[in-house]
Amino acid sequence: MSAIHVRDVHKVYRRYGRRRQFATLKSALLSGRVLRDLRPDETFEALKGVSFDVEAGKTFGIIGRNGSGKSTMLKLIAGIGRPMSGAVQVRGRVSALIELGAGFHPEISGRENVYINGMMLGLSKREIQARFEDIVAFAELEEFIDAPVKTYSSGMYMRLGFAVAIHVDPDVLLVDEVLAVGDEAFTHKCLDKFAEFRRSGRTVLLVTHSLDLVARFCDEALWLDAGLVRAQGDPKRVIDAYLMDVAGVENRQLAADQGRAEGRPLREPAVAEQPTDVGADLRVGPDEPPDMFKAVEGRWGSREVEIVGVDLAAPGGAATHVFQSGDPMEVRLRVRAAQPVTDFAFGVGIFSADGVCCYGTNTQIEGAKAGELSGDGEVRFVIGRLDLVDGTYKLDVAVHRENGVPYDYHRLLYTFRVKSALKEAGIFRPPHRWTFSGGIRLDGLN
Amino acid sequence: MLHNLQQLLRYRPLIHSLVARELKARYRGSVLGFFWSFVNPLLLLLIYTFVFTVVLPGVHPADLEPFALFMFCGILPWTWFSSALLESSNVLIAGGNLIRKVLFPAEILPIVTVLAGLVHFGLGLPILAAFLVYYQVPVAPLDLAWFPVIVAVQLVLTLGLALMLSALTVHFRDVRDLLANLLTLWFFATPIIYALSQAPPGVRRLLNLNPFTHLAVSYQEVLFRPGPFTEWPRLLAVGAGALVTFAAGYFVFDRLRDTLAEEV
Repeated sequence: MSAIHVRDVHKVYRRYGRRRQFATLKSALLSGRVLRDLRPDETFEALKGVSFDVEAGKTFGIIGRNGSGKSTMLKLIAGIGRPMSGAVQVRGRVSALIELGAGFHPEISGRENVYINGMMLGLSKREIQARFEDIVAFAELEEFIDAPVKTYSSGMYMRLGFAVAIHVDPDVLLVDEVLAVGDEAFTHKCLDKFAEFRRSGRTVLLVTHSLDLVARFCDEALWLDAGLVRAQGDPKRVIDAYLMDVAGVENRQLAADQGRAEGRPLREPAVAEQPTDVGADLRVGPDEPPDMFKAVEGRWGSREVEIVGVDLAAPGGAATHVFQSGDPMEVRLRVRAAQPVTDFAFGVGIFSADGVCCYGTNTQIEGAKAGELSGDGEVRFVIGRLDLVDGTYKLDVAVHRENGVPYDYHRLLYTFRVKSALKEAGIFRPPHRWTFSGGIRLDGLN
Repeated sequence: MLHNLQQLLRYRPLIHSLVARELKARYRGSVLGFFWSFVNPLLLLLIYTFVFTVVLPGVHPADLEPFALFMFCGILPWTWFSSALLESSNVLIAGGNLIRKVLFPAEILPIVTVLAGLVHFGLGLPILAAFLVYYQVPVAPLDLAWFPVIVAVQLVLTLGLALMLSALTVHFRDVRDLLANLLTLWFFATPIIYALSQAPPGVRRLLNLNPFTHLAVSYQEVLFRPGPFTEWPRLLAVGAGALVTFAAGYFVFDRLRDTLAEEV
């Protein structure tokens, strides 16, 4: 039984063009277009036929770029606004955590605001009375509940708003990014409350940019992109697909910027994952040196030897782009030499998302003597432990002459993500442990 | 539309609480607090009395004495009417955050504004009563029975206009400015600081088209003028018109409802 049922939903917003921005009653009357001006003429389709179902009792995450229609979708589910076409059905009582404490009146006490807010969210007076103590306790505002809300700190304000909304005791809870605000302790409290909701079989719909939260909490995820469903299913898979797409877009933007900056049409491979199109037109500046400090992706080289395919994978496993910190990783290069060459070296470099070189090496640095390379071959660069902190990383791969002149240099064309439950600072995560002796006791460390 | 009206009944406790909040919040932090509800109309009355008895003595006929009381019968309901309309024209925009973020019937906001005005009007009545006692105006109990009817007619009319104006202002912000000027005109086109009988016949015919004329005359007849209440057929006609206005206002509001969350 699905708790939320969304079928082919379209939502069109009116867009205010320059001409329309100052449309007033006067101009509408003068031009005799009152009715026409009430009708949108320039529109923006926020949702272009979205369908999905959320099973009762599931925690469901919606992710997507800014402006992809996530919040619009949430509002339609909450009943604030109606779709242009299509159907939205929700079973049971809905509570939407869209903005905490929306509708609090600053001049009156927390107590009165709890009652009014609760009633706005659909509780009866008696229901609020029964929950009042819980609400105040949850918000930790026992001492201040009779003070006017305007004297509250923003944290207190949010706690109270959250406490009321969560005690509406909904069958379906809609959450829009509210966890992004608030301190650590409050966030934990909210997460605990969500967990409680899940345990009691209630449905939670989460709209967030925190992919981490979706990965940790959600049973299912939906990726909205420009008003369309791009993917739905297992959160990890949806998130990976999303991350890869984000990286691809960033690459495209960077490549476009580079193309503009250099005043020539874009000739670099635009899509990160697979620069399979290796025609002659891709040969850009064969003698361009690989500048390790200029973190702009691209591809260059004489192409006497070509890297025709790059895969990231767990050793022996299928290609992936997401690795756990500390897991092994394998970089596979498929290379092809048109003519046999005897002067060659393979290199690999790992860069953080902001362009810091984490590690770089090549076969020559490590003392290898080139023999001969002819025809097709595969190179595997195996990293025993990927000891990087959580984040997105990019990869350089290259095959070049021993004097550094590249045959084929792929600059920052490959993106992978390192995941870790811990959020340490920096880049490198050395394997480590803590020990304590004497009068120190700590729990919870591995 | 009927379904929505029905649903509105379920929100009575919320409306009740919001009106109470409105009243509490208004004077929170002021020294005189609730007392302002009494002081405001009194001061207004003082100004008009000054103008019409000190600055312009003798412009009103003798049968309107005491003139202050005569004016008060019209000013009190007019203050409710005009402030309710002015405030409700702004109420959806002021409560925009609420409309965009919380699911609840938006018409509650203008309704609360009108009802809060009604409470203020009610708080002004003791002053009116005190004047009546002071000037020893004989009030017929039978006439007085009409008083709640007049209030009810005014309430329905005000609600209808408030609903329409509040929704329209969201789309056309100039309604607010237009309204402020229109209300000034409306005030002078209503026999409040003069009697309807003072107007020349041609103008009187025009003034008779103004629904608030009949409300004001009704208040004056019931509270001020001796003799039986003769305005009742017109009052009931205005009442019927008020019901139509309410239906129209609610219809307009209902039609624009879905656009409110996007436009405020």
